[in-house]
Amino acid sequence: MSSNKKYWKSVEELKENSPIVETLQQNEFVEEIPTDEFLGDKDSLESSSTSRRDFLKFVGFSTAAASLAACEGPVTKSIPYVVQPERIVPGVANYYATTIADGFDFSSVLVKTREGRPIKIENNKLASATSNANARVHASVLSLYDNQRVKRPMVNGEAVSWEEFDRGVSQKLNAVGGKQIVLLTQTFASPSTSKLIKEFSSKYNNVKHVTYDAVSENAVLDAFEAKFGYRAMPNYDFSKAETIVSVGADFLGDWQGGGFEAGYAKGRVPQEGKMSRHIQFESNMSLAGANADKRIAVSPSKQKAVLAALYGYVAGGASNKLSAELDDVVVKAKEQLRRAGSKAVVVCGLQDVDAQLLTMAINEALGSEVMDTQNPKMSRQGNNKEVMALLSEMNSGNVGALLMAGVNPVYSLPNADEFKAALDNVDFKLSFAMKEDETAKLCDYVAAAPHYLESWGDIQITKNNVSLMQPTIKPLFDTRQFQEALLKWVGNDTSYYKYIKETWSGNLGGKSWEDALHDGSFESSMPVETTEFATAAPSASSSASRLLQNSGEGLELMLYTNTALGNGEQANNPWLQELPDPITRVSWDNYLTVSKADADRLELWNENVANGALDGCYVNVKVGDKTVKNVPVLIQPGQAKGSVGLALGYGKREAIQEEMQTGVNAYPLYQDFNNVQKVSIEKTGGRHEFACVQLHNTLMGRGDVVKETTLEIFNTKDKHVWNSVPEVSLNHEEVPVTSPEVDLWDEFDRTVGHHFNLSIDLNACTGCGACVIACHSENNVPVVGKSEVRRSRDMHWLRIDRYYSSEDTFAEDNEKKENFDGLGDSLSGFGELEEAAQENVQVVFQPVMCQHCNHAPCETVCPVAATSHGRQGQNHMAYNRCVGTRYCANNCPYKVRRFNWFLYNKNDEFDYHMNNDLGRMVLNPDVVVRSRGVMEKCSMCIQMTQKTILDAKREGREIKDGEFQTACSAACESGAMVFGDINDKESEVHELKQSDRMYHLLEHIGTKPNVFYHTKVRNTSEV
Amino acid sequence: MSHYEAPIRKPLVTGDKSYHDVTLDVAAPVEGKANKSWWIVFSISLVAFLWGIGCIIYTVSTGIGTWGLNKTVGWAWDITNFVWWVGIGHAGTLISAVLLLFRQKWRMAINRSAEAMTIFSVVQAGLFPVIHMGRPWLAYWVLPIPNQFGSLWVNFNSPLLWDVFAISTYLSVSLVFWWTGLLPDFAMIRDRAVKPFQKRIYSILSFGWSGRAKDWQRFEEVSLVLAGLATPLVLSVHTIVSFDFATSVIPGWHTTIFPPYFVAGAIFSGFAMVNTLLIIMRKVSNLENYITTQHIELMNIVIMITGSIVGVAYITELVIAWYSGVEFEQYAFLNRATGPYWWAYWSMMTCNVFSPQFMWFPKLRRSIMFSFFISIVVNIGMWFERFVIIVTSLHRDYLPSSWTMFSPTFVDIGIFVGTIGFFFVLFLLYARTFPVIAQAEVKTILKSSGEKYKKLRAEHGDDTKLYDPVIGEPKMNIESNNTQTGNNN
Repeated sequence: MSSNKKYWKSVEELKENSPIVETLQQNEFVEEIPTDEFLGDKDSLESSSTSRRDFLKFVGFSTAAASLAACEGPVTKSIPYVVQPERIVPGVANYYATTIADGFDFSSVLVKTREGRPIKIENNKLASATSNANARVHASVLSLYDNQRVKRPMVNGEAVSWEEFDRGVSQKLNAVGGKQIVLLTQTFASPSTSKLIKEFSSKYNNVKHVTYDAVSENAVLDAFEAKFGYRAMPNYDFSKAETIVSVGADFLGDWQGGGFEAGYAKGRVPQEGKMSRHIQFESNMSLAGANADKRIAVSPSKQKAVLAALYGYVAGGASNKLSAELDDVVVKAKEQLRRAGSKAVVVCGLQDVDAQLLTMAINEALGSEVMDTQNPKMSRQGNNKEVMALLSEMNSGNVGALLMAGVNPVYSLPNADEFKAALDNVDFKLSFAMKEDETAKLCDYVAAAPHYLESWGDIQITKNNVSLMQPTIKPLFDTRQFQEALLKWVGNDTSYYKYIKETWSGNLGGKSWEDALHDGSFESSMPVETTEFATAAPSASSSASRLLQNSGEGLELMLYTNTALGNGEQANNPWLQELPDPITRVSWDNYLTVSKADADRLELWNENVANGALDGCYVNVKVGDKTVKNVPVLIQPGQAKGSVGLALGYGKREAIQEEMQTGVNAYPLYQDFNNVQKVSIEKTGGRHEFACVQLHNTLMGRGDVVKETTLEIFNTKDKHVWNSVPEVSLNHEEVPVTSPEVDLWDEFDRTVGHHFNLSIDLNACTGCGACVIACHSENNVPVVGKSEVRRSRDMHWLRIDRYYSSEDTFAEDNEKKENFDGLGDSLSGFGELEEAAQENVQVVFQPVMCQHCNHAPCETVCPVAATSHGRQGQNHMAYNRCVGTRYCANNCPYKVRRFNWFLYNKNDEFDYHMNNDLGRMVLNPDVVVRSRGVMEKCSMCIQMTQKTILDAKREGREIKDGEFQTACSAACESGAMVFGDINDKESEVHELKQSDRMYHLLEHIGTKPNVFYHTKVRNTSEV
Repeated sequence: MSHYEAPIRKPLVTGDKSYHDVTLDVAAPVEGKANKSWWIVFSISLVAFLWGIGCIIYTVSTGIGTWGLNKTVGWAWDITNFVWWVGIGHAGTLISAVLLLFRQKWRMAINRSAEAMTIFSVVQAGLFPVIHMGRPWLAYWVLPIPNQFGSLWVNFNSPLLWDVFAISTYLSVSLVFWWTGLLPDFAMIRDRAVKPFQKRIYSILSFGWSGRAKDWQRFEEVSLVLAGLATPLVLSVHTIVSFDFATSVIPGWHTTIFPPYFVAGAIFSGFAMVNTLLIIMRKVSNLENYITTQHIELMNIVIMITGSIVGVAYITELVIAWYSGVEFEQYAFLNRATGPYWWAYWSMMTCNVFSPQFMWFPKLRRSIMFSFFISIVVNIGMWFERFVIIVTSLHRDYLPSSWTMFSPTFVDIGIFVGTIGFFFVLFLLYARTFPVIAQAEVKTILKSSGEKYKKLRAEHGDDTKLYDPVIGEPKMNIESNNTQTGNNN
């Protein structure tokens, strides 16, 4: 309350118009300040005690004081919601089911959003289609926040409004005249889109729709079409398989759309003494080959002969011309297929219609239950013939308008130059693009396309299963999706959302629309609209004989897509660039994989420089008249002699940040969309610097790091034979290191509350890398860039170690080391063990993260107690307390601790997503972003477990098994990682810990980790 | 008081030195002007020092990433340099404390400089634990200071924390010990000083030393007590430094032999550094008569013995690794000797085990040039020893997937060179401003061990009076002199 009191200064104020009051009001000072007098009088100035020095001091002080007072700490404004949006509670995540369908990866996913921002992709457990979210899918959330995105529609390079854009488009489309309007799109696998395109076709005459897959599965589509009359790919449920024979098919990679890991892994875990037997014939070392029980390195042309021979043995007929050695392997494979009967399957990765027909014929002959042709996969639709036909149409000037969506043919077509030239003959070129890529650059009209997390859609991943795509955020930019635009252009005012709803009304497999949207997918009873073709019953035996005509002279190139970049769609995604390839463990690059024998012949080399980093030489790779220059060489154990491999998807230059313009573009070598090419290579000068995260490839005979055994021993021998606990001597008696008598430490009381454990099954882990990206995304793990990775400073909290055997098998490695006799043997022997085997090589994957030791070596050595043990078993890391001595990292036997060598956020030296406002939107607000100079490591996703505990507490209920998850265990669909509370005796993880296969990594040190592994069992049974 | 010394013993002070000569010789560098070579060496050291400061500023402002370290090798040159400098700092206390307790008179000519070297090298050593931190501005968190950060306390389990205590104790005791010895000598310079400024400075430095008998008595007592205190420190400091490694779980670090092995190595490298410095200083400051070949020879013998102890330790390690039957341990040592860093291991072996064996030959160990050469070799070898222990153990430990290599950057090298520069800047300043020889102590042995007096004794027999008897009677009766009443007290 303000006071109305008035204070009087003098009685004068009572008088009206008092001159004194008036004077006082006008003059601030009652008496005049004698400035003139003072400054004018030299004498008084001189006698003044304020010297010039004092004056300067005063000035200096007041300036300093004023500027100090002006200083203020950085202010971060947080603005509260004026109107609280429904269902958004700050601090509480919302989850939405949606579907990624970027033309290469198709997967039903769950999106975690915080305060309206999608921040993480998770597996959708309710989805019925078997399509795992791979590493790229998990990383796709970062592509949403890509600051290279096209932010608004553009005409001839200038930003316009959508109205203007639409006007221009309809004008142009109407002006096409008699020429064709061609829609060149990615595979949408979307019934609504197909319907819409039909409507578009009926509005404009002469519309042609060409579907184009950058990485083609044309052969299998053609083969399927020939047999069943529509374009699809057989689906496979590897969980049913007892014998798997793969001929060049990397079915744990991107083969035929990928997504087979989960089923495969199920069959790989020995149950009741049984597990599947996997035989792989291949030229490149692929993920599938690395997981195989038996891997035979054969060049692509020999693979054809193998397939033909296999057909001959299974179905009878054709003779073969295999070498005796190879023939023996094929005969054995046949025996095993036969024995498994309907539980056997053959898959093939050769881009050859005959090979694909033959594969289907073999599976039919076997009566395979694994192959499913009734509910086939629809995630590849591309038709190469039509793409080529389009090219000639364009050249002849018959194409008046070319509307492209989700494709970048100028980058990814093998004959991109021709396409580029042909584009000149097209009057109207439009591209729906998220980036101003190579193709968009050449288009008059660039329609800014939204990310899938901002779009609607219906995706038919398999014939009977439809997944729904729904936006999880309001479009960040002024974008419009292709379908929305088509609706506009055909004059339909409904939104695409309503359009989809309409398409499926009454056809949602018994679900309501809301339920379907909630679950993300539904079973559809609606028949696929297919262009029916006449099915000419193809003759398998003639296919077989055609395959045999192939001769394999000279060097063969097998093009593949790798785990990180796939077809190159997400090349501007730093998470993916930094994701090491599961096999080579090289990040930020593609390279020519060459066998040791060929490398020696051609004098190609790899070497490690002083800081351990890997270098390689360059070659020019020539296919026909196309040459790709300066391809770095990587000598790959297990690469078939006479073959080389090269990953597609790299070497993009347009709309890609400079740091991420990595590798070489291999698409020019992808002639006729065939992944196998005759090739010649020529060594050139120079030295390539790789960023390889694992510089030592072999296990050095350290069999207790990755324990493994064979199915036979596992089934017949006692646990102590194949999974023995290391022993120490106590009072001249050997006792296990796990027994309490030899423990010098006081045990924590673990009986109260939760005690978290993570189980990792080496049999189920395929090495796919999804967990690595999930960890990045959940825990704000920084990206450090190629040069830092090269300095062995990657920040991955979770890594998947890959080891090659040095002899033919790891068992032989161990035996060799055991039998070292004397110093001489050790000296030469360890040297030999450092080299990986080249022809026959075994591979093993081992995910390693902080083991959360109950007796942690890191905890004792920290001088400031920044790392300490939690009640629930976690080894905590208090970033704020860390002074950065790195002693903990040195003393960690697992080397899982990662140091912030530099400031990785808001630092122009590390210009990745953490250095721009858009990219930082992906950060998980529950996890602190670490500063320079502190140690960090896996936290066992404590923010997730705490959330679960608090939720249950608030709801007053007990926690169910399976509720506790870490980012990695949630991302792992193969079931290799299981997380939970071992104090819950009913939990899965508790049961897993009792398993005979259970062991701890480096048990003999006595660290008592809370992460445990399961001995890998290999099915070595021949026939 | 000096006792009788057998004539067969070599004199510890050569030349025809009287008490006054000692004073003059020790005061000469302080009172005289620096010569050209001093300025040249000082300038080089200063440049190296400034370069090191630049590298440190760059590291602290940018991050430890400016060094060559990586996810597997978390320590390399930083801790190598730390242990190396701490090791060098061992000789001073050993010479002044242990040799004092053992009544080794030859220590008197070298203990001052050896202790100065100790303090200056501990200063260098102390730098590294601070700057090797990711966030050095929080280095004070390693001190157990009562605080309000939520009552956070240090971790007394951590050997790094023990280091903090060990090094700081060592530094303070050494400093006090050194200064105590300096007091009479500072007083000597004070008394000789002509310019008031110098007089003022040295009178402050000498803490008002008056030279009374009581001063001397207390001086002797304090020296003895401090020697007693410092002796266990000689053993404890490097024992604790070795715990950084010995208490870890890394093969090649986890070794019970480390404490004695590190102490022997520290004395070894300390004596080598004393040799390096004194061989130059005796020449430059004309102190050949005080720091004699005899001194050099005795130090060479210590180097030879400790070098051999270190050699035995190296071989013991190998044998125990083999005998342990632990594959990781066996591989760690095999890798040390024959792995990618074999050159570091064999440099260490050559410099530390092989080269001191030359000292068995009297001719070689009495050769000044050869001694100087070996002292440098030993210092290089001891640096490699720490590098071998730290880097070759870390770069290939348990899981082969993490194995990598280390290679230094210019910053790593710059900081190391910088500390050498800093060390020499301090030492050169010391040589120009401090009495570099404990002249007060040397004077106590001049009569028993000085060449002049030994010669006199040889000429005139052991009973000869080594002083001129007072000749003549008092001029007047003392009893009757009233002005000198004080004498009656």
